[in-house]
Amino acid sequence: MATSPKLDSKIPDGPLDQKWTKYRSTVALVNPANKRNLEVIVVGSGLAGASAAASLAEMGYKVKVFCFQDSPRRAHSIAAQGGINAAKNYQNDGDSIYRLFYDTIKGGDYRSREANVHRLSEVSGSIIDQCVAQGVPFAREYGGLLSNRSFGGTQVQRTFYAAGQTGQQLLLGAYSALQRQVGMGAVKLYARHEMLDVVNIDGKCQGIIARHSVTGQLERHFGHAVLLCTGGYGNVFFLSTNAMGSNVTAAWKAHKKGAFFSNPCYTQIHPTCIPVSGEHQSKLTLMSESLRNDGRIWVPKNKADAEAIRAGKLDPNNLKEDDRDYYLERRYPAFGNLVPRDVASRAAKERCDAGFGVNGTGQAVYLDFAFNMKYKYGKIEATKKGIENPTEAQLDEFGHAVIKEKYGNLFDMYAQITGVDPYKNPMQIYPAVHYTMGGLWVDYNLMTTVPGLYALGEANFSDHGANRLGASALMQGLADGYFVIPYTIGSYLSKEISTKAISLDHEAFVKAEQDVQERINKLLSIKGTKTVDYFHKRLGKVIWDKCGMARNAEGLKWAIEEVRRIREEFWKDVRVPGEANEFNPELEKAGRVADFIELGELMCKDALERNESCGGHFREEYQAADGEAERDDENFAYVAAWELKEVGNWELHKEELVYENIKIAKRSYK
Amino acid sequence: MAGTSGKTINVTIKVWRQKNKNQKGQFETHPMKGVSVDMSFLEMFDVLNDRLITEGKDPVAFDHDCREGICGMCSMYINGRPHGPKQGVTTCQLHMRSFKDGDTIVVEPWRSAAFPVVKDLAVDRSAFDRIIASGGFVSVNTGNARDANSILIPKDDADQAFNAAACIGCGACVAACKNGSAMLFVSAKVSQLALLPQGQIERDERVLNMVNQMDEEGFGNCTNTAACEAECPKGISLENIARLNREYISASNFANRK
Repeated sequence: MATSPKLDSKIPDGPLDQKWTKYRSTVALVNPANKRNLEVIVVGSGLAGASAAASLAEMGYKVKVFCFQDSPRRAHSIAAQGGINAAKNYQNDGDSIYRLFYDTIKGGDYRSREANVHRLSEVSGSIIDQCVAQGVPFAREYGGLLSNRSFGGTQVQRTFYAAGQTGQQLLLGAYSALQRQVGMGAVKLYARHEMLDVVNIDGKCQGIIARHSVTGQLERHFGHAVLLCTGGYGNVFFLSTNAMGSNVTAAWKAHKKGAFFSNPCYTQIHPTCIPVSGEHQSKLTLMSESLRNDGRIWVPKNKADAEAIRAGKLDPNNLKEDDRDYYLERRYPAFGNLVPRDVASRAAKERCDAGFGVNGTGQAVYLDFAFNMKYKYGKIEATKKGIENPTEAQLDEFGHAVIKEKYGNLFDMYAQITGVDPYKNPMQIYPAVHYTMGGLWVDYNLMTTVPGLYALGEANFSDHGANRLGASALMQGLADGYFVIPYTIGSYLSKEISTKAISLDHEAFVKAEQDVQERINKLLSIKGTKTVDYFHKRLGKVIWDKCGMARNAEGLKWAIEEVRRIREEFWKDVRVPGEANEFNPELEKAGRVADFIELGELMCKDALERNESCGGHFREEYQAADGEAERDDENFAYVAAWELKEVGNWELHKEELVYENIKIAKRSYK
Repeated sequence: MAGTSGKTINVTIKVWRQKNKNQKGQFETHPMKGVSVDMSFLEMFDVLNDRLITEGKDPVAFDHDCREGICGMCSMYINGRPHGPKQGVTTCQLHMRSFKDGDTIVVEPWRSAAFPVVKDLAVDRSAFDRIIASGGFVSVNTGNARDANSILIPKDDADQAFNAAACIGCGACVAACKNGSAMLFVSAKVSQLALLPQGQIERDERVLNMVNQMDEEGFGNCTNTAACEAECPKGISLENIARLNREYISASNFANRK
């Protein structure tokens, strides 16, 4: 297959491990005097946005940052728990830039770009250096050195962490760097502002329309370049581990203004989340993958036991070792409980569908710490204390303290939400939507198909292929913001030095603002009978059922029609209370759900087009006899990039994925 | 509305309504029947809002985002306590099982001069951002860092710094304080950086600038009632305030030592 002429990935020539070095040394620069005259708009203030904004301001660019939350520190990166990968090889366990690169490509099921992933690997070490310099309090060993742990899909310990709050600590580091620039006047901050359109002039993105959430005022902002660092679209499912406000709106508006959307069907279903408890549920909570270092996943071997547990007649703690099925250890002995997320999620679904699920709904498996708590940590501690024959109670006590130190906040959170003590009972978990690998198509420079419009972090599609490995989202967000965009933006802005700031009265700004205003007026004027959440829940159920952990052609075709019906009904019957010119969270939500509905259709279309199973995209028609996914490299080793013609009508462009350094192979964790 | 436990309760919500910062507010009463005890407090508000919208009324505005206790956005003053009756949790992690059948629950916004009401239960906490901008950072531009393991940090110091850094910036400390003081918030950031070698260079300036900004924003003084520590959902210790005071006195006395 040939790559579409509309998709120039701009991957530099030369050997893989020299591409980035050479690029950095030869990319066009902007001199300091000119930087002061160049304005950059950053939308979103998570890891990618905050790090990009701080770095660009430090370099001398004039930066404006927009976030819909009341403070940039609230961005959803804050909720990342487990850690951040870096190829430091501090543990002397054979890690290297190449190995991180290889693990990421393989983990992504051979559906990501070699050059981008290698660059990510190369800069990973600098991220840790930068964060430590900022005062990010990573976990440390007694000698004062940094501590590491393991994550899924790897056999080395390369994950840096700060208890179960790594995202929080990294974001607060980036936020402090950002606020320092705000204090110095180099960044202007627009909190409680939601971007509602991009403005293209002369074929380039030159500004945005934003709504101030408190007053409802629409504002026009000019920029020589616009960076969308707006996260993923997991909330299309209604129930996900995303924050309530996480949305696709900024990326979707860009898509409607010419930016291609890539691989929307690649969504990550995280295996270890707290199961749904009832119909009132507004979101799902992740239990970090780091727990799989010490938690063992199991269901009963016999259906009768599973039924007894579901009926509350059997305490799982009393089920004999021989009667438990540690199905990940059984199916994937090499990686065991640390297989990648897509594999672990499907395996859980398989067991539950087969009738071995363990909670009232049958949609849960156990994540059990008892064994490692007692016989790993308890024994080590007993040995340390010189106790030769510790009692069970002692082992329990000693192990408890270790587990508390490692995962205390996660255990507390679990107890808080479920009302069950996870130190005494195995956790119940089930897969839930967590991350989206798809996003705006970008080239090597992180520029979308619209000149001057960039996408960073989860908002782009570039590095994780069809499945992201744990602890790699933080790495990618910060890589893009701290170490990639500061270089690559020069290749564009160096040609924009003589572009004067465009008047906000330019017809393109006026027209874009009018369109935004009309859409708001329309939403408010429908005054229908159903709430925004009603439509969102309906959409979420369709996408979860038909475009979730398992998909098939028939279901997807039905889903496309159903999503269209939802769209039609939404625009006829939604009820949005309040006014345009006031603080109106329901109005904001309505706009976001309208965009999710349009995206939902494209997700199903993309999933239907991809006649193979890879990573998070599992098509039931394409599986081996043992239930493992079957990729089709001959026909589908490409990036799907969708161009919107009009709502509900897209043209597919393909970027061929060329593997020059890695031998493309069946992904096996056995 | 029953969850997995199948248990429900009836409660009465008395909630603060205020159109914007300039208008006067008042309480509004809403009976809530058949509330699942497995619901979170905010999910109970989702149900209330759903009903209000369907009845053609204005839903209650409140701030919330991650709903897992880490973003710091949710901010309800419940029965006279920031984040409600449970120790160590944010509003979003409070569940209805913490209430009894028949309870009346009074819900207000954070009340503090430095946190003006935006609408109903949402307040403006941008003062916190400005305090951080005044000095809550280490001045290190991207790309200037040396190898991470070349800075050795004793585990205890790293752990203590982490405990201070766990602050989520929700403002419960301010809401809990009769003086509307932001000392716990400020001290957490000052402590984190004072405990780490990376923070030493700017140690004096940082504390002076941050305290100065805190005063300018209109936060009150600390009179050691420790209400902030008692209500902090992240267990930020009062010891941080002691450290802030030491840092401040030391920096003030030696400000001209350079």
